[in-house]
Amino acid sequence: MFEKVVVANRGAAAARIIRALNGMGVKSVAVYSEADESAPYLAEASEAHAIGGAAPAESYLNQDAILDVVKETNADGLHPGYGFLAENSDFAARVEAAECRFIGPAAQWLEAMGHKTRARDMMKEYGMPMGSSSSVLKDDDEALAAASDIGYPVLIKPAGGGGGIGMLPARDDEQLVKMLERARSMAERSFGTAEVYLERLLEQPRHIEFQMVADEHGNVRHLFERDCSVQRRHQKVIEEAPAPALAREVVVDLADSAASILTKMGYNNIGTVETLYDGNGGFNFLEMNTRLQVEHGVTEEVTGIDIVATQVRSSFGQPLSEILPDDVEISGHSIQARVYAEDPIKFFPSPGPLEVFRPPSGDGIRVDTGFAEGGTVTPYYDPMIAKVIVRGDDRQDAIDKLREALDEFMIEGIKTNIPFIQATLQNEAFVSGAVHTGLAEDVVATLKK
Amino acid sequence: MAEERVRSEMTGKVWKIVTKVGDKVSDGDEIMILESMKMEIPVMVDTDGTIKEFLVGEGDEVTEDQEIAILET
Repeated sequence: MFEKVVVANRGAAAARIIRALNGMGVKSVAVYSEADESAPYLAEASEAHAIGGAAPAESYLNQDAILDVVKETNADGLHPGYGFLAENSDFAARVEAAECRFIGPAAQWLEAMGHKTRARDMMKEYGMPMGSSSSVLKDDDEALAAASDIGYPVLIKPAGGGGGIGMLPARDDEQLVKMLERARSMAERSFGTAEVYLERLLEQPRHIEFQMVADEHGNVRHLFERDCSVQRRHQKVIEEAPAPALAREVVVDLADSAASILTKMGYNNIGTVETLYDGNGGFNFLEMNTRLQVEHGVTEEVTGIDIVATQVRSSFGQPLSEILPDDVEISGHSIQARVYAEDPIKFFPSPGPLEVFRPPSGDGIRVDTGFAEGGTVTPYYDPMIAKVIVRGDDRQDAIDKLREALDEFMIEGIKTNIPFIQATLQNEAFVSGAVHTGLAEDVVATLKK
Repeated sequence: MAEERVRSEMTGKVWKIVTKVGDKVSDGDEIMILESMKMEIPVMVDTDGTIKEFLVGEGDEVTEDQEIAILET
């Protein structure tokens, strides 16, 4: 097994990975920016190294500073977590060149799946179902022509990245031209390329994604699906496994075919195949994330598989047959709520001091966080301050547990989206399992009343 | 002529001012874009008017409820 692994991330991701490494008897090296120097998880790592200023470009995106830590500590592995450099193929190649294993798929996969239209073309070739979309758009005329082929409404998406950033809908030509400019500027700023493309905008689809697990010996399996339909600003808020109110064979069929596609392609680590499920048209491939996913915990809770440890073992070269049991089944139901530091109605960020921060605990309740009471939520990073993950015997039991857990979660000093989550958990459509990506707007409408 | 003060609805940083002093704006127009926690939040005016003055510049930190621009209405 690895001797020593650098954890090139922060917050809940760093805390989770450090805990997994500790559990495997692997030495963990934490890194931190000036803004995170008193983060509670640093003490749990075998060692911790400062890598620069608070702004991500100076620290968590600072490849040179992180590579210096790799060399200084003689680490033989680096776990990138999610976000930051997790899907940066240049960084992965530099880590490997420093004789340190990048814990994730080979750099070629980060590159192949990182460019969204190329990834769609490739997956389509292998038979993955998907809706109509355009190639990268050269100019407004090309966009107008593509929109008329696809049919309104359309969604403008950045080709260089995902995570729900920079996606804008357009319902007619005039709106399309106006939104394109904005979308290009956001794409340029977030992903370093102004390339955008169009996809057909599905009305009220469900976001269903598949947890894939692969090794370096040509084996690919899946750990079933997650439903992540409750989103605000195209970012997930509530995730669950299994997906409610959907025939098992429909889900398992797609999971099996995704595994067979990735086997043919030669994919070699964990990853997530994201789709939009449209009641009439079935599954539509969205993108593939070549990394650990924020919501991996719900899959862990219903399958009993430690996904981080699986990823580390696979990266070390162990075959899946030695890592996973022969049969993996789903037992019970798990739901995760992402607690964000933000206004619960407007979703505006709300950084500030955590005067009180007391996460809930108890049977079937798990809280992944990188914060502790007395800490500060700074404006430099994303607003997620904790993931509250519950496991119940069935979905209703899980919903009840999550309501109680969030009731118990004491946070003072900043605004959080807990009132929004609680309202969602009482929303009739949510409770019945009739979830869709527009549900958050319906919930906000009831909160405003 | 009446004046209307535009306030920031969140704590963050001024990323881009997309209008200039003297510009005529209408209800719902974006006058500047703030950023915080990896999000860009446009500041929109809720009345028609002319921009008289900006009280912040690009790159400045702003807090929730801080006055950031003055409109002549």
